Amino acid sequence: MKITYDWLKDHLQTKNSENQLLEKLTDIGLEVEGIGNTSSDLDKFIVSKIVRTEKHPNADRLKVCDVDIGQKKIIKVVCGARNAKEGLLTIYAPPGAIIPKNKMKLVVTQIRGVTSNGMLCSDSELELSDESDGITELKYSKYKDKIGKKYFNKNNSNLIDLAITPNRPDCLGVRGIARDLATAGFGKLKDNKINKIKSKGKQKISIKILKEKNQGCTIFGSYLVTNVQNAESPKWLKDKLISIGQKPISAIVDITNYVMLDLNRPLHAYDADKIQKGIVVRNSKKGEKFKALDNKEYKLDEGMCVISDNAGVLGLGGIIGGIRSGTEFNTKNVLIESAYFNPKSIRKTSKQLNIDTDAKFRFERGIDPLSIEQGLIKAANLIKEVCGGEISKIDIQKVDKYKEKNINFEIELFEKISGFKISKKEILKILNDLGFEVKGDKKFLKLKVPSWRPDIEESIDVVEELVRIYGYDKIKKIDPIKIRSKSTLNKTQKLFHFLQRSIATKGYQEAITWSFTDSKINDLFKSNMKNIEIVNPISSDLNVLRNSIFSNLTIYLNKNLDRGIKDLSLFEIGPIFYGSNPGDQETVVGGLRSGKVSRLSWIEKDRNVDVFDVKKDVIQTLVESGYDKSKIFIDDQTPNYYHPGKSGRIFLNKRKDKVAAYFGEIHPNILNRIDIKTEALLGFEIFVDNLKQPKKSLKDQKNIYQVSDFQKSERDFAFIIDKNFKSQEIIEVISNIDKELIRNVNIFDIYEGENIPNGKKSIALNVTIQSMTKTLKDKDLEKVNKLIVDTVENTTGAKIRS
Amino acid sequence: MSDLKKIKEEFLSKLNKKLNVSEINQIKSDLFGKNGLVSSQFKKIGTIPESERKKFASDLNIIKDELQDLINLKINEVEINEINEKLKKEKIDVTLPERNFVRGKIHPVSQTIDEISSIFSEIGFSVEEGPDVENEYNNFTALNTPYNHPARDMHDTFYLDEKKEKLLRTHTSPVQIRTMLKDKPPFKIIAPGRTYRSDSDQTHAPMFHQVEGLHIDKDINMGHLKGYLNYFIKEFFEVDKIKMRFRPSHFPFTEPSAEVDIGYEIKDGKIVIGEGDKWLEILGCGMVHPNVLKNVKVNPEKFQGYAFGIGIDRLAMLKYGINDLRSFFECDYRWLNHFGFDPLDVPTNYRGLSR
Repeated sequence: MKITYDWLKDHLQTKNSENQLLEKLTDIGLEVEGIGNTSSDLDKFIVSKIVRTEKHPNADRLKVCDVDIGQKKIIKVVCGARNAKEGLLTIYAPPGAIIPKNKMKLVVTQIRGVTSNGMLCSDSELELSDESDGITELKYSKYKDKIGKKYFNKNNSNLIDLAITPNRPDCLGVRGIARDLATAGFGKLKDNKINKIKSKGKQKISIKILKEKNQGCTIFGSYLVTNVQNAESPKWLKDKLISIGQKPISAIVDITNYVMLDLNRPLHAYDADKIQKGIVVRNSKKGEKFKALDNKEYKLDEGMCVISDNAGVLGLGGIIGGIRSGTEFNTKNVLIESAYFNPKSIRKTSKQLNIDTDAKFRFERGIDPLSIEQGLIKAANLIKEVCGGEISKIDIQKVDKYKEKNINFEIELFEKISGFKISKKEILKILNDLGFEVKGDKKFLKLKVPSWRPDIEESIDVVEELVRIYGYDKIKKIDPIKIRSKSTLNKTQKLFHFLQRSIATKGYQEAITWSFTDSKINDLFKSNMKNIEIVNPISSDLNVLRNSIFSNLTIYLNKNLDRGIKDLSLFEIGPIFYGSNPGDQETVVGGLRSGKVSRLSWIEKDRNVDVFDVKKDVIQTLVESGYDKSKIFIDDQTPNYYHPGKSGRIFLNKRKDKVAAYFGEIHPNILNRIDIKTEALLGFEIFVDNLKQPKKSLKDQKNIYQVSDFQKSERDFAFIIDKNFKSQEIIEVISNIDKELIRNVNIFDIYEGENIPNGKKSIALNVTIQSMTKTLKDKDLEKVNKLIVDTVENTTGAKIRS
Repeated sequence: MSDLKKIKEEFLSKLNKKLNVSEINQIKSDLFGKNGLVSSQFKKIGTIPESERKKFASDLNIIKDELQDLINLKINEVEINEINEKLKKEKIDVTLPERNFVRGKIHPVSQTIDEISSIFSEIGFSVEEGPDVENEYNNFTALNTPYNHPARDMHDTFYLDEKKEKLLRTHTSPVQIRTMLKDKPPFKIIAPGRTYRSDSDQTHAPMFHQVEGLHIDKDINMGHLKGYLNYFIKEFFEVDKIKMRFRPSHFPFTEPSAEVDIGYEIKDGKIVIGEGDKWLEILGCGMVHPNVLKNVKVNPEKFQGYAFGIGIDRLAMLKYGINDLRSFFECDYRWLNHFGFDPLDVPTNYRGLSR
């Protein structure tokens, strides 16, 4: 909502400064979004007189004019207007002025070799009217003494742009804002004088609101003004509209706009002679068409509220009028409409047809149903004043009565909610000033809500009005009490944070990427999941919810490779989606590593990052998070976006658990598909929701401390075994032989090739043997050794290497 | 001069020359070997007349100790010299670079969430979560924003179905609904998380982060709202003073509603929070609307309280001087490295939020 202080002063008696105004507006919840300085821009335009014209030496259609701008020196301006002639009074814009229409800033220019010092303006360039044929011609009698003076009335009033919240339609009119300000002690609200129109003439056009189901119009008031002479608006009106950035059109249109902006009372003006046999307000029929004032043709659905006549739809009630019945300069008889339209009906229709107008914006927020007459009178009087004519008797059709709202307000509620007290006297004053009718006793107030406040429905709304006007700064701070009765994070949240920071300590930078992604990339990583499409994506490459963290992470990793950064470790912890219902999501930690380890190091030979790097990162993170390494089980079943031979699947427990994580090389086909150029690309995914919380809390785990100080022995073994035999299994076999004695099994060499039969490999292990209860003798150790060899040979088919 | 004295003089002068280990050992055996000079003197003790024996034995012991100490000292000295020689040869250029290391970082949004949680933890809030995909009811209707209400226009919503029943939550407020439906009052929770609006320019991203707050009990009023938020903002920005302004606003799910501005000024091109005469909007809040409480079966006659919603990204930008919202989500490695935090920098109460 745009206003000026000057306009506000039509309704408000005050001597406060504009700065005080801005502060007060914000204090009472009418947020000042911006301040535009339109008037000083317009200050530069000057009344001038053409004293001489001559033909431009190098252009037939241009003239060089000597212009008197009220200074000693006559200046030269090149002008192309046909009506530029000696003696004409017009409007001059000097270099530096900004032309309102195209926002161009004027400079001194050479036009075909002749210097032009500024410009003579047309009505359309100044947005005074649509008249663009020739420069503005000012009335000689009125302006002959004003040469050199500013054309636009000097007003110190800046354009103030307010962000009116959707609950305050009353403040979509200047008067409503003035009322709020006055209530808050910022000046005095002036009386809104309405001169009742005394007329004998009947309103001759019949108006009928059909009593239909879901009728969107409940009241339709009108005046017929006959024998008018539509014209340009008078200067005061044009200035007013221009001051808030509106464009004057014609007196009749400008007057309806003015009343709307002033009182938030939208009106519509019809050329009465174009209405065929009276008006019927009804629901539209499917397929009905009409051409609206925005020059678009709309095809209507069933049940939209239309104003129609015998020939069809004239307009969409409360949203937009039709071209067929629009007023023009030659309009003789005007029908002014002032109606009440149901906000829901307005909103539904405008959404369906995708129309946004000033009237729609107001009606969908709720217009004062009791302002019909007031608006009509004000507009009709103005039309008569500007365009002449006779005003008919008022005609008001109603299908529904306005129901007044009453609230029984318990005074105590104010303090209960706000935390502070104000006097009953103060309460009464605020409510009265806001327009409430108040009756009451000590404890309760019976309130009649003003008709222009659709937002006030119950007691709590009244509390807000009181706090708002009295001032939010009066609320007394109550300091917080530092008591915690419930732990801040639950176990899952703690795990989330631990994993996040644990992965970062492995050298990964945390990224946060969109929850949506490009379906083309998502397809590469979604396995057997379905695309979850967004109906209205922000762009076609963010059109689905991500099924995997990898989709966005690869895109951004690639962008970093393009920046010339080669060795990257990125991770993200966040949701992936497997369905479109709330909760069809799980938390995943996804990480990617690219490039080399020890690149360009003088001390160590570089190598590509590999599967065992990311495996380490994942296993270490899981172990740090509290999971037992000895129970972790790995197999090679992984989704198709991993290299089938260089990837693994991690379970926290061999038998029953869900997949805890995947790790491995990203499938080379994917690198080709998205054109990723790097020496190596490895990834992992940890499925946080699949990680069962360790049963024992840390404090319970710490309780048990068992170590052995008896001598430990280490023995090395080398077995020849099938090449495809999984090393994990042989470790498991050995560990299970005697859990009391065998403390650790480590693989320290894998060898294939010379001296090893085809299809076999040599695997060398180091086994640590230690008892909790005694020092083992050679005899005991020999026994264990033999057991290890025998068991491995018997259960795995391996042969000890001699 | 006695024999003893002679031996002492002679060997003192020998030992004072520059010697290697084997030369010293030779001297040692010359003196203390089986037939060494000192050893043989000891053998003589028996032959010395009784009257002089005591003094002789005492002198001999003194000389023995003196020579032995000197020999040990000498050996030690030579050994140290030899080691020093060896170490000198092993000297390397320690200014050569260390082995490569990589440093991971925590995203500023995650760090900010942890900072926020840490502050609210101290005043008794616990953390709740909700799904990113919401139904229309939880996101709007239950929050007193009925269908066909213009307040819905304030949120440009991403939908997952044509009927507009499933959507990406436009704010974290539906977590209020879920929490209150799940548990019984009192409630004292915050809910940080991802939120979505189909809006994209310099200051808007289609995804951003909010933290919701909800505090419901028997007598929680606007004074608490103001006090708790004032505490939070002061702690978060780690300043002693904070200029804060509550101004009336409108949210369908709170009544009365407020927006909160903090004072700031620009000093040397940098934003300084808590001073100055400019205002910056940082959050929306208000007393939970009775209709919302009714929707979640909480009796508004018995319980009341406040709710707030804060833009996390905005807070992070202000605190850490980040200019462009979109850069949060562009994953530029250099940016992540610059604005990210060391994973060991966990915000806590005792060591403070940040270094």
